[in-house]
Amino acid sequence: MSNHVSTYNPQSRFAKWFDERLPIMRLVHDSFVDFPTPRNLNYLWTFGGILSFCLVAQILTGVMLAMHYQPSAEGAFNSIEHIRRDVNFGWMIRNFHAVGASMFFVAVYIHIFRGLYYGSYKAPREILWILGVLIFLAMMATAFMGYALPWGQMSFWGVTVITNLFSSLDGIIPGFGTAIVEWLWGGYSVSGTTLNRFFSLHYLLPFVITGLVILHVWALHVAGQNNPTGIELQHKSDSVPMAPYAVMKDAVGMFAFLIVFAWFVFFLPDYLGHADNYIEANPLVTPPHIVPEWYFLPFYAILRAIPSKLGGVIAMFGSILVLFFVSWLDTSRVRSTKYRPIYRWFFWLFLFSCLALGYLGAKPAEGVYVFWARVFTAYYFAHFLIVMPIVGLIETPSKMPRSITESVLGPGGGGAGTPAGAAAAPEKR
Amino acid sequence: MFMTKSSLRAVLGAVTLALLQPLPAEAAGGDHISIAKQPWSFAGFSGQYDKEQLQRGFRVYRDVCKACHGMKRIAFRNLVQPGGPEFDEEAVKALAASWDNKITDGPNEKGKMFERPAKLSDPILGPHKNEAEARDTFNGALPPDLSIIVKARTVEPTAPWYTHIFLMARDILTGYQEAGADYLYALLMGYKDPPAGVTLGDGMSYNAAFPGHQIAMVQPIQTEGSVDYSKDDSGKAMANYAGPKMSMEQNARDVTAFLAWAADPSLNDRKRIGWQAMLYLLVTTFLLYLAKKRIWARVKH
Repeated sequence: MSNHVSTYNPQSRFAKWFDERLPIMRLVHDSFVDFPTPRNLNYLWTFGGILSFCLVAQILTGVMLAMHYQPSAEGAFNSIEHIRRDVNFGWMIRNFHAVGASMFFVAVYIHIFRGLYYGSYKAPREILWILGVLIFLAMMATAFMGYALPWGQMSFWGVTVITNLFSSLDGIIPGFGTAIVEWLWGGYSVSGTTLNRFFSLHYLLPFVITGLVILHVWALHVAGQNNPTGIELQHKSDSVPMAPYAVMKDAVGMFAFLIVFAWFVFFLPDYLGHADNYIEANPLVTPPHIVPEWYFLPFYAILRAIPSKLGGVIAMFGSILVLFFVSWLDTSRVRSTKYRPIYRWFFWLFLFSCLALGYLGAKPAEGVYVFWARVFTAYYFAHFLIVMPIVGLIETPSKMPRSITESVLGPGGGGAGTPAGAAAAPEKR
Repeated sequence: MFMTKSSLRAVLGAVTLALLQPLPAEAAGGDHISIAKQPWSFAGFSGQYDKEQLQRGFRVYRDVCKACHGMKRIAFRNLVQPGGPEFDEEAVKALAASWDNKITDGPNEKGKMFERPAKLSDPILGPHKNEAEARDTFNGALPPDLSIIVKARTVEPTAPWYTHIFLMARDILTGYQEAGADYLYALLMGYKDPPAGVTLGDGMSYNAAFPGHQIAMVQPIQTEGSVDYSKDDSGKAMANYAGPKMSMEQNARDVTAFLAWAADPSLNDRKRIGWQAMLYLLVTTFLLYLAKKRIWARVKH
C-alpha cells in the first residue's frame, strides 16, 4: 500500500549501487515480496495471478503462431492447416492459443464476479475497477479479431455480423453507419483487407492490455487488496507478507487452473470452438446458425433480445458500459456481500441471469428463447440500475467483525498483538 | 425480500408455464436427427488410432470416395508417417506414381504446364482440376475435399435446456471429441428409402442423418459392402486372411476412422503428451499444496 514503508535492504555493493540509480529491485521487493496481503484471502483471489499468466501465455504462443501464419484471404486458412500438420508441435502451440483465449475468459469472468461479490469496486478502488473494465473491453476486441484469423466460415460470418452492427447508426445519421462499416472493412464487403487489418490490431492490442494491466496492478498496490470481509487492513496482524504466503497460494491456484487448461488443450482442443470454422470462409454460403464464441454469448443474447437493431446495439454496448458506473450505483455501506442478507439473493440471481443469457445466446432467436432473453436482459440492467442503488439503501447489514484479524481468530483475538503471521518474514523461510 | 409469498408464487407459476412451452426448434421441424455415439478406437482421453483400421479405411477411400473427392491437405508422405496408417514407404512411392489423378506442374522450359505422376511430397488429389469442373460433372453439386471433413462436421445438441449442463459436463469429463466421426458414420449408413410423402429433388437421395434429408451424393458404400479386404488389389483372394469381413458397417467405420486421422493427424502424440502433462501438473499441484499448507500453518487464516 502507498503508506507502506520500503523494507528493501540491498546486500551486495552492486545491488546498493544499482538501487541508487534505478530502484527497480526495490519496486519488485515492495510490490511482490513484502507487500502486505490480507491474511484471509480465499482461492478466488488467485485469479489475478492466473490472468497475468494467461496474458503472457497468449502473447508467447501468439508470437510463435504469427511466424507461420499468413494474414490473407487466400493464405490464412491454409496456413492454419500448415501449422496444425507440418510445423513442429504446431498443433500444440495452436491449441494452447485457441484454448488459451477461452481460459483467459473463464478466469476473467471468475475474477469479475469475485469483485462484484466482495464489493471490490467500492471506494477507494473505483479506478482499479474501471481499469479492469477497460482491460475486459480490450480483451473482447482482441478475442473477436483473433477469432477472425483462421478465416473459416464462422470467422468470416462472425466478422460480417458484428461489423455490420455499426450500420445501425444509419438510424441516427443516415449514411454514417454505412460509412463506419466500410471504413472498418476497408472496402464494400468483408475481405482479405479486413482480415489483414484485424491481424495487425490483434497483434497490437495485447500490448495495450499489458499497459492497462500494469496500471491495474499499480492501482491495486495503492489501494491495497480487498478481502472476503471487505474490511480495510487496520493492524499489522491483519496482513501477511505477499511472499511466501500469497505467492504460494497463487502458485497452487495457478497449477490447479493449469490442470483444467491442459485438459482442454490435449483432450478437447475443439470443444470450445465451432465445427463450421474448419470450413474455409465462403462469402457465398451462409452457415445455418451464426454463433459467436461462448464468452460473447450473453452479450449476443442481449443484442438479439431487443426488437430494433439500433436498440440491440445500444443495449449490448450498454451492458458493458454500465460496469464503469458500478462503484457509484452501489449505495451499500459495506463492501462484502457476505454481510448483505438481501443483496446476496440478487447477486446469485444476477449470476444465473448471465449464465441463462449465455445459453440463450447459443440458441436461435425465435419463440420462447426470445421471451427468456428479454426477461434476463431486463434483469441484467435492473440489477445495476435498480437493485444496486435501492437494496444498498434499505438493507441492514448483518453483524460484521471489527477487523480482519477478528474475522479469523474470533472476537477478542483482534486488535493488539502481532500473531505469528506478520512476524514470519520471508527470509526466515 | 420485499416480495410477498403470493406474488412470488404467481411469478413462479408464470415461469413454470413458460418453461413447459415447446421450444421452437422442435415445434417447427418436428424432426430430431439422433446420431448415435460409436465406439471409436481413438475416442476419449486415452484413445489412439488403430493402424490396421486406418489402412483398411484408406483402401475404402481409394476404391470408393476417390472417384469424386480429393484430399488435398494430405500428402502421400503422410501415409508413411508415425501415428497414421504407417504404410511401407516403397509401397506408397509406387502408389503415388500410379495415382491416376496427376499433378499439374510447370511451366517447363517451353513455358507450358504439364502433368506428371505424383511423388511422396505431393497432395492426394481427386479427379477434378477445380471447383467449376467438379460442379459441371455433378449437376451443380460440389463433392467437398475430405482432408478435414471430420473436424468440419458435428452433431447438433438436441437435449432440452435442463439436461444441457449435465451433458456438457459429461462430454468435458469424458473428453468427447468424436461428434464429427459419429456424424460421418451415420451419414454413410443413413441412406434409406424416402418415407411416404417425401418427394426428392432431381438426382437427390434420401439420407436420415443429413440435415434436410436430401443429399446430392449417391449412396457411396453399397448395402452389402463395397470393399472386400480379403481380396488384394487385383481381385484375388489373399491366403490366410484373418481380418474383418466385408460389410457396409465395416467399410463405413474404417473409412470414417481414416478420415478422422486425416483431419487430426497429431491425435496419437497429443493424447500421449497430454497424459504426461496431466501427470506432471497433478503431482506439482499436490506438492505445491503441501508446501502451501506448511507455510500457512504458522498463520491462522
